[in-house]
Amino acid sequence: MERIDIGETTIEAHIAGSGPPLLFLHGLDYFAQHRPFLDRLARQFRVIAPRHPGFGASPRPAWMRGVGDIAYLDLDLLDRLKLDDVLLVGASFGGWIAMELGIRSTAWLGGLVLIDTLGVKFGGRDEVEIADIYALPADELVRRAFADPANAPNYDAMSDAEVEEVARDREAAVLYGWRPFMHNPSLRHWLHRIKVPALVVWGEQDRIVAPAYGAHLVQKFQYGRFVPIADAGHYPQVEQPEAVAAAIESFAREISR
Amino acid sequence: MMHAWHFSEMAYHPAWAHLNETYRVIIPNRLYDPQIGADLYHRYLDEWALCDELGINIMTNEHHATATCADSVCTIPMAILARETKKVRLLALGMPIANRENPIRVAEEYSMLDVISRGRIEMGFVKGVPFEISPANSNPADLMERFWEAHDLILKAMTSHDGPFSWEGTHFQYRSVNIWPRPYQQPHPPVWMPVGSTGSASEAAARGITIGVLNTGWARTPGIFNAYRKTAAESGHSPGHEKLAYMALIGVGRTREEGYRRADQILDYSRTSGVVSPQFANPPGYVAPAMAATAIKGSATTARATRLQTRDGKPINPRTVGVEDAIGAGLVFAGTPDDVWDQLKSFYDHVGGFGHLLMMGQGGHISHEDTVDNLTLFSKEVLPRLAELG
Repeated sequence: MERIDIGETTIEAHIAGSGPPLLFLHGLDYFAQHRPFLDRLARQFRVIAPRHPGFGASPRPAWMRGVGDIAYLDLDLLDRLKLDDVLLVGASFGGWIAMELGIRSTAWLGGLVLIDTLGVKFGGRDEVEIADIYALPADELVRRAFADPANAPNYDAMSDAEVEEVARDREAAVLYGWRPFMHNPSLRHWLHRIKVPALVVWGEQDRIVAPAYGAHLVQKFQYGRFVPIADAGHYPQVEQPEAVAAAIESFAREISR
Repeated sequence: MMHAWHFSEMAYHPAWAHLNETYRVIIPNRLYDPQIGADLYHRYLDEWALCDELGINIMTNEHHATATCADSVCTIPMAILARETKKVRLLALGMPIANRENPIRVAEEYSMLDVISRGRIEMGFVKGVPFEISPANSNPADLMERFWEAHDLILKAMTSHDGPFSWEGTHFQYRSVNIWPRPYQQPHPPVWMPVGSTGSASEAAARGITIGVLNTGWARTPGIFNAYRKTAAESGHSPGHEKLAYMALIGVGRTREEGYRRADQILDYSRTSGVVSPQFANPPGYVAPAMAATAIKGSATTARATRLQTRDGKPINPRTVGVEDAIGAGLVFAGTPDDVWDQLKSFYDHVGGFGHLLMMGQGGHISHEDTVDNLTLFSKEVLPRLAELG
């Protein structure tokens, strides 16, 4: 992990590989379980995976409370690293951040990949599109998040420090996403600003945010493609890292032509 | 002089027979029969009204989406009792100010109650137990930050008398704060908060807030009271007994058996009130990450299930706790008036003294007749002796 000072804060980022730049924005949980996926991407890309403020060991300034704040911080990070023509990949909560980035500026953006994202609301006020993960029993949450519950991490096997990091991730996710629950009500009205090609990847067994949500979302982009991933839930990049990485690589080749 | 307060959660116990895994948050309210509920409300209010004659002060609280406490707005019974009683003091312990959208409304409610009661209100501000987070949809990650901002705003609203002021805070924004009425007591009614740890005791002490400790018993209470006294003295506030309150379940009888039987029925409070699905007991951010990690890693119910402890600090299973174990743990004072006095005096000496006994004199399945007799015996046989406690 590298530490990069930006403005009033410092962010921790996993940076690996070489090739065209790929900014990966992680989701709610299980960052440690992303290593095979990030390693695979690093064969083709220069992967930059920041830990969002308040997550992992990244500090969060007290005033930084909105997903839009994280988006501006990431724009500063892109400036700092002098990145251009970036492939932006956001998963789950990170997909929300990615869309907030994209509606603010696309000058640096080559393409957008959203994996089982959340962040928008399509349905009516009494429709639950994003499961209330904080109201689910732990075993039910695992069944909804993973196609094969055996792919879920075993907290009892982790060190205290690792589990404390998980607790910190969850606290940060709650701080940003508690209400409105894991979405920005106006975001869907600005998605037209993202004119770069978009790939929407979805775990077929995701029961946190159903594939139908992704299929709806992809229609918001001028150049959008939906790719379902078999045998995967809300974290296809954890359960099927090869398949997700292959879809991203194929998309990258396609848009660079 | 120690003050006594009668506390009841206004439980809707008829639903308990249908519940087992959880008594809170997700239980359907079709289990609540409003006609039975009306009878229960009137019954509990009668018991509180009786306290005015008996010289026992009155304490209410609130919880949400639960059969263990049907008092979902702590100021509503107080509004009734502010007029129905004339003498005793009225403690709402209290208002979950981090979960209320509008602190100005809280200031108005308390001020109105204070004026109607002619200055008998004591204002409790509570963080709220973790399973209040879901019913309030309150963000747990910045709960205490919101709590203290609400606290500061409420007190400023109550103590500002020269027209509107502006408040552009992190969590609350008002361009024109100007409450009517202002409180009867000057500068404002006494402030209380319940605490369960040495850290929160110190936070209260630094502000001169009276603390109420619940379910901390013989094992945990001395540390909390000592932390309070130390910080209060350091920060120039009173470390005196009048700032310290302890809640016990109390069953007084003409015989030891009768007192124990009453306490055993009231103990149904302890057996039910913490029973909640683990995901609601540990919302992310409610406690610091290191403590949250233990809940993620181990049994998620551990933290709350072990909050009751024996005299030597061993966990007590709250679902099966018996009277004698609870007396040993300092959670219950029960038996004849002499038994109750002896247990109270011994606990008082053990913790270095305190100024308020929060008496759960009604709880669980105890009947109205038994409650009235419990309160009456307490007032006649135990209350006069509280003067012996400085």
